[in-house]
Amino acid sequence: MKLLIAGFFILLMSSFVPLFSGRRSRVAAVSVAVGTFCCLLLSAGVCIESLFTGNTFDIAYRMSLPFATFALGVDPLSAFFLLPLLLLSTLCAVYGVSYMEKKNSEASSVTIWFFFGILVLGMSLVVVARNGMFFLIAWEIMTLSSFFLVTHDNHKKSVRKAGWIYLVASHIGAAFIFAIFAILGRHSDTLDFAAFQTIMTGAAISTALFIFALLGFGSKAGFIPLHIWLPEAHPAAPSHVSSLMSGIMIKVGVYGFLRTLTFLGDPPLWWGVTLIVIGASSGILGVLFALAQHDIKRLLAYSSVENVGIIALGIGMGLVGISCGEPVVAVLGFAGGLLHVVNHCIFKGLLFLGAGAVIHETGTGEIDHLGGLMKKMPRTGICFMTGSAAICGLPPFNGFVSEFLIFLSALFGVTTGIIPLSSCSIAVIISLALIGGLATACFSKAFGIIFLGEPRSGCAERARDPDAAMTVPMIILAVLCLIIGLSGASAAMLTVTTVSEISGLSMTACAAGLKTAAYPLTAIAMLSSLLIILGGFLFAARRAMPGARVETKGPTWDCGYAKPEPRMQYTSSSFAQPLTQLFSFFLRTKTKLPDTSAAFPAANSFSTETPDFWQEYIFRPAVIFFNRLSAIVAKTETGRIHIYILYIILTLLILLTWNFFR
Amino acid sequence: MNAADTIMIFLILTNLSLLASSRFNACIKIVALQGVIVGLLPLIAANGPLTIYSYLLALLIVTVKGILFPYLLKHTLRSVNVRREIEPFIGYGASIIIGVLALIVSFWLTTHIPFHDKILSTTAPAVAFFTIFCGLFIIVSRVQALTQVMGYIVFENGIYIFGSALLIEQSFLVELGIILDVFVVVFIMGITMFHISRAFDHIDTDRLREK
Repeated sequence: MKLLIAGFFILLMSSFVPLFSGRRSRVAAVSVAVGTFCCLLLSAGVCIESLFTGNTFDIAYRMSLPFATFALGVDPLSAFFLLPLLLLSTLCAVYGVSYMEKKNSEASSVTIWFFFGILVLGMSLVVVARNGMFFLIAWEIMTLSSFFLVTHDNHKKSVRKAGWIYLVASHIGAAFIFAIFAILGRHSDTLDFAAFQTIMTGAAISTALFIFALLGFGSKAGFIPLHIWLPEAHPAAPSHVSSLMSGIMIKVGVYGFLRTLTFLGDPPLWWGVTLIVIGASSGILGVLFALAQHDIKRLLAYSSVENVGIIALGIGMGLVGISCGEPVVAVLGFAGGLLHVVNHCIFKGLLFLGAGAVIHETGTGEIDHLGGLMKKMPRTGICFMTGSAAICGLPPFNGFVSEFLIFLSALFGVTTGIIPLSSCSIAVIISLALIGGLATACFSKAFGIIFLGEPRSGCAERARDPDAAMTVPMIILAVLCLIIGLSGASAAMLTVTTVSEISGLSMTACAAGLKTAAYPLTAIAMLSSLLIILGGFLFAARRAMPGARVETKGPTWDCGYAKPEPRMQYTSSSFAQPLTQLFSFFLRTKTKLPDTSAAFPAANSFSTETPDFWQEYIFRPAVIFFNRLSAIVAKTETGRIHIYILYIILTLLILLTWNFFR
Repeated sequence: MNAADTIMIFLILTNLSLLASSRFNACIKIVALQGVIVGLLPLIAANGPLTIYSYLLALLIVTVKGILFPYLLKHTLRSVNVRREIEPFIGYGASIIIGVLALIVSFWLTTHIPFHDKILSTTAPAVAFFTIFCGLFIIVSRVQALTQVMGYIVFENGIYIFGSALLIEQSFLVELGIILDVFVVVFIMGITMFHISRAFDHIDTDRLREK
C-alpha cells in the first residue's frame, strides 16, 4: 500500500512538471508519461495480489476536513479497475507525446499535460477511495480536470458548448452522488466505506440509493438518456484524452455503481430488470446512433454508449440471477459485465487512438473525406481493424469473450424455467444479438469507408503511418485484444475474486460458475488459433509463390463507367442508409435533399444529419423551460449592492421571527 | 434607572440622530461618540473585579473607535470631495420613522428571546438589535460609500453591545481580533474610496455601474 501511495505521489509531482517546463512541451509530455508508468508499476504488485487472492489492503490517515479520512484501500473490485486504468493511461500518455507535437500553441499543451496527469490521479483515487468525502473530492478532481481537457480548444464555439454540456451533465450526476453519501452517512454516523457495508437500511432507503446511483453514476457511465455529454465531449478533446475518457473514465462511473451495490445488500428482482432495460436501450440506441454518424469520434462516442449498455446487461443478469437464487447465471453475468469493462477499455482505447492517428495525419475526422488509408497507413489500419473486430464481438478477439459470457449467462437463465429470469434472459439474448449485428454494420462502415477504397479528398492523400510513439501503444492494445480473446477461459477466471465481492457468493461458487464457460471458450480459442495458423500459413505460401510481388492496380468502380472517380464510392451515409431507414423512427435523421425538379438542375448538394434524439426533444425543451424560470428569478438580481444587503436584512428578520412563532 | 439604562438611552439617541444627519462631519462625530460609549460599556457592565485586560480592552476600543476611525474617515472625506449625502434612497424624515419602527421591532423581538438573568440591563439586547438594524439600514438606504462605512461601524457596535449586554466572558484575544478586522476594513475602505473617487469623480455606489 505504501508503494501505491508513493506511485500516486510520483504521478502528482510529474503532473506539475508541465507547469514549469515552459517551451519544452516534450519534457512535459515525457514526464507525465513516465509518472503514469511509475504509478502503474508501483501499484501493480498490490493490485495483482488482491486480484488473485481476494485479499484487501487498507490504509487510513486522519484528515482535518470534517467526516473525511484519507482512507485508501485495494480490494479485487478496485484492483480490477485500477490496473486497466493505469495501463491505458500510460499508453495514452506515450501516444500523446508524439500526438501533441504537431499541435500549435505551447500554452494548450501545458494545460493538457497538467490536467492529463491530474485526471489520471483523480480517477485512480476514486477507485481506491474508502471514505465518502474523499471519494467525492476525487470525483470532482476527475470531473473538473476532464472538463479542462475537453475545453482546451476553447476558441471554437462548438468546443465551448461541448464543455458546458459536459460540466452540467457531470454536476447533475454528482448531485445524486452527494445524496447517496449523505443518506449512507446519516445511517452510519461516519462516511467510511467500512461502516456502510454493515448497516442495514430499509427497503425504501435502498431503493432510493439504487435510483440515485443509477442516475449519478449512470450519467458518468453514459446510460441512455444521460449520455448526451459523450458525443459532444469526446470529439472536442484531443484524441489521446478522448481515448482515456471513453476507455476508462466512463468505467469509473460503472465502478461507482458497483461499489454502491456492495453497500445495499440483497437486490430485489426489479433492480436487475431495470438494469437490463437500461442496458438494452443504451446498447441498441447507442449503436443505431453510432451507425448514423459521419464524424469518426462521434461515432466512437455513441459506440461507447452501446458498450456501456452491454456492461449494464451483464450486471443486470448478475443481479437478476442473485435475486432468483441462480448462482451460475449471476456469476456469468457479472463476469461478462466486468470483463467487458476491461475489454471495452482496451478496444475503445485502441479505436480512439487509431482515429487520432487518422486525424493527426489527414487533419479531418469526417469519414466522408477519407478513404483508401489502408495502403498509406497499414499499421494504423490493421490496428483499427483489430479494434473494430473486437468491438463487434467477433472471435478470436476479446469482445467476443465478454459478450459470450453474458450470452451464456442468459442461456443458462432461459433453461432454469423461473419465469422472470427466463423472460429477462430472452430479452438479453435478443438485444445482445441485435447490438452485435448493428455494431458489425457500424464498424464495417467506419473501417470500410476510412481505410478501403480510394481517397475521397485531398486530405487523405498525404497520410502515412505516424511514428513509433503513436503506433506502438496501438499495437500493444491490439495484441492485448488478441491475447484476451485467445485466453478467454483464464481471463474469465481472473474475475473470480471481483465477482465474489460484488455478488456476495463464495469464491468457490464463483469459480464453479465460471468453469461452465471454460470449455466452450477454450474450444473456440483453439479453433480460432487453428484458423489463424492456417491463415498465416496460406498467407506465407502465397507470398512464397512466384509472381506474388507483382502488384496490379485497377479502378475499383469500373462497371461500364467512362470515367470512374473516387466520388462514386459509397459514402458513410449511403452505406448506413438501409439500416438508418429501417430505424428512422428513433433516429430522426434530417435529410437535405437536392432539388432536381428543374429541367437542367444546377450544382447541388445532399446532406444528412442525425442530432441526438434526447438532446433535441427532451433536454433542449427542459433547458428552455429552466431558462424562462431563471429569467423570472433574475429580475431580483439588480446588481445594486444596497438591494443585496436589504435581502440579507430581510432574511435575518424572517429567520428571527420565524424562530419565535414555531 | 441605573447607569446602564442611561447609557442605553444615549445609544438610542446616537442612532436616531445618525439617521437624521446628512452632513458627513456630523455623522463622523456621532459615530465616534457611539464608539466611545460602546467601548466604556464593559467597564460599567462588569460583575466582579475589573481585570487589567478589561481596562486595556476599553482603552483600545475607545482609541480605535473614538480617535482612529474619526481620523481615518475625516482623512478620506478630505480626499473625496463630497461634503454630504446628497440623495439618499430614503429621506431623513422617513429614516427617523423607520428607525422608531425598528426600535419597536427590536423591543418586541427581545421579549421573545429567553435570556439568562445575569443581564446588564433589560433594555440592552433591544438596543443591540436596534443598533444592528440601524447600521444595516444606513448601508442599504444611503448612496455615498462613506456613509456606508459608517453604517458598517455602527453595525459592528451593535454586535459588540450584544456581547457585553449578555456578559459573555469575552476573551481578550477574540476581541482584539475583531477590532483588528474592523480596523482593517475601515482602513481599506478609505483607500478604496480614494481610488474610486479618483476614477469616477464620485463615491456614489448607485452609479458605479455606469461607465
